[in-house]
Amino acid sequence: MTSPLDGISRDVTSEIWELRLYVAGQTRKSLLALGNLRRLCEEHLAGKYHIEIVDLLQHPQLAEGDQILAIPTLVRRLPEPIRKIIGDLSNTERVLVGLDIRPH
Amino acid sequence: MGTYESKANVGHTVESLDVLQKVPTGIKGFDEITVGGLPRGRTTLVCGSAGSGKTLFALEFLVRGAIDHGEPGVFVAFEETAVELTQSVASLGFDLDDLVARKMLAIDYVHVERSEILETGDYDLNGLFVRLEYAISSVGAKRVVIDSLETLFSALGNEGILRSEFRRLFRWLKDRGVTAIITGERGDGTLTRHGIEEYVSDCVILLEQRVHERVATRYLRVVKYRGTMHGTNEYPFLIHAGGISVVPVTSLGLTHPASDERMSTGVPRLDAMLGGKGIYRGSSVLISGTPGTGKSSLAAHVANSACRRGERCLYFAFEESQGQFVRNMRSIGLDLKPWLDQGRLQFHASRPTLFGLEMHLANMHRLIEAFDPSVVVVDPVTNFAMVATNHEVRAMLMRLVDFLKSRGITAVFTSLTAGGGALEETDVGISSLMDTWLLVQFLEGSGERNRGLYVLKSRGMMHSNQVREFHMGAHGIDLLDVYVGPAGVLTGTARQAQEAKERAEAITRQQEMDRKQRDLARKRAQLEAQILALRAEFEAEEQEVLANLDQDKRRELNLSRDREQMARLRQADPSRQQNGGSAG
Repeated sequence: MTSPLDGISRDVTSEIWELRLYVAGQTRKSLLALGNLRRLCEEHLAGKYHIEIVDLLQHPQLAEGDQILAIPTLVRRLPEPIRKIIGDLSNTERVLVGLDIRPH
Repeated sequence: MGTYESKANVGHTVESLDVLQKVPTGIKGFDEITVGGLPRGRTTLVCGSAGSGKTLFALEFLVRGAIDHGEPGVFVAFEETAVELTQSVASLGFDLDDLVARKMLAIDYVHVERSEILETGDYDLNGLFVRLEYAISSVGAKRVVIDSLETLFSALGNEGILRSEFRRLFRWLKDRGVTAIITGERGDGTLTRHGIEEYVSDCVILLEQRVHERVATRYLRVVKYRGTMHGTNEYPFLIHAGGISVVPVTSLGLTHPASDERMSTGVPRLDAMLGGKGIYRGSSVLISGTPGTGKSSLAAHVANSACRRGERCLYFAFEESQGQFVRNMRSIGLDLKPWLDQGRLQFHASRPTLFGLEMHLANMHRLIEAFDPSVVVVDPVTNFAMVATNHEVRAMLMRLVDFLKSRGITAVFTSLTAGGGALEETDVGISSLMDTWLLVQFLEGSGERNRGLYVLKSRGMMHSNQVREFHMGAHGIDLLDVYVGPAGVLTGTARQAQEAKERAEAITRQQEMDRKQRDLARKRAQLEAQILALRAEFEAEEQEVLANLDQDKRRELNLSRDREQMARLRQADPSRQQNGGSAG
């Protein structure tokens, strides 16, 4: 349950969203996740987001830092706190809740 | 490489490729139970409830592999961080930091927190695979531990994905050719809470901890081990300063060699009772008796004589402390202190209730292996009944005896039998394990108690069937003959009195004999004197008779001469006279 005041307390417009998507190779799930993420960001965070894609097949040592287990994993590094969303991001409702983005 | 493989190759050179290869874990006792260790290149499930030792078992597998077998390992920790892990096993002598620094071990702490993770659609566990792959290749790992995989069930919600990913993980581990251990928490009526045993088909090990008489004991059981023989029993194990020790129930066969060498018990008369040469080296001796009969003293003599020969002796005492024991033995003339100082005698005193039976046994194993003695004394074994049932004590003794025999160590056990009961009966359970059985018993009579020693049995030698009085003086133990007569067995002062009485009687008998002999001599002298007198008398008579005869002859001669003279005077015819004379 979210109270109506939550939307006010957070000034969405002034923040830069730093998102990192962990994938392991160009799999169907990875591509699907990336597509979902881009569409979602354009819809809700246009001009205020930055997406970094980490391919663990090329940089396996990076998996430990964000404690990555499931693939794909989306990490919201900013704004804090850090949040993790796993899966192909096909459930838009849950992704928005997970990223704490209020739909307009 | 483990000894098992070389052995298998000797017997089955043709099939050796098909024979399941095994990886020694290096965990004491475990490789014996499984005849070689864990299946090489396969995944083993180690399950048990919280605190049963799963993590330690898995970790020791890696540490021993790295140190003893040159096989690097990877530890994927879901529950503890690398720092926590390192700290918790430092007390066991495992230096994980050093192994990590030497690239023999990689620890990957996987932290998953359900509250931080939101699921939005389809995913897989490739992140875990990537991390595993990375860790494995960073050290060239041959061994992998995942502790514990089931944590993921509580961290991630989608059980369908997890199950299919787990199946993929086990296949992947197999393809990678690593020998793996995954741990799992015990569930209600199932081996693991989430049933991951269904994915592990090769080897399943169950760890348990149970409490008996308020003493906790850990047990290990090989639930399943495909394609190989293995011990199926529950094996007790303990976690001590050197890691895990699993205690095999028996040495898996009566194969120990038997020595022909004999050794003294330290009591010469007792050696004499045992075929004149004492006990066999490497045999087991049971000394049983009621309280205060001198069992410990007798055991101390065996220890003392071993030390005097320059051998090492390990003494486990469960009733007396070292100081008390040394003092008490000094009172009977045994000074054990020099042996302790020289390191020939090692004394370990503890209460049986200190920890469980198995812990005691494993502890003994460890100390025996470290000290390598030729004689081990356990005084007394009956005290273990405090912490376990008789059956368990017997099973434990059997294992201890087997262990000692396999190492050629002579074992002396003392056993306290309850007074008043049938002495021999109470010990029957353990006596069958023993080669030599001595019984020290009080013999009561004429207002005092004295100790009697019997050799109830002694395998492989002629031994005395006699009761000996067991006497403890200022110069140690001595065995004395007892008086066995119509009045029964006499000991102590009764024996001394009887002996004095016998001595007196003997003197009387001797005197009587002397007197008779003297009588005889006198009679003979008398007789001879009589004979002499008679002979003298006879001789006198004879002379007289002979003299008379002579006189008669002479008289006759005179008469005839007179007659001739008379004839000549009458002038008779001489020839006629001559004829007539010869005819007349």
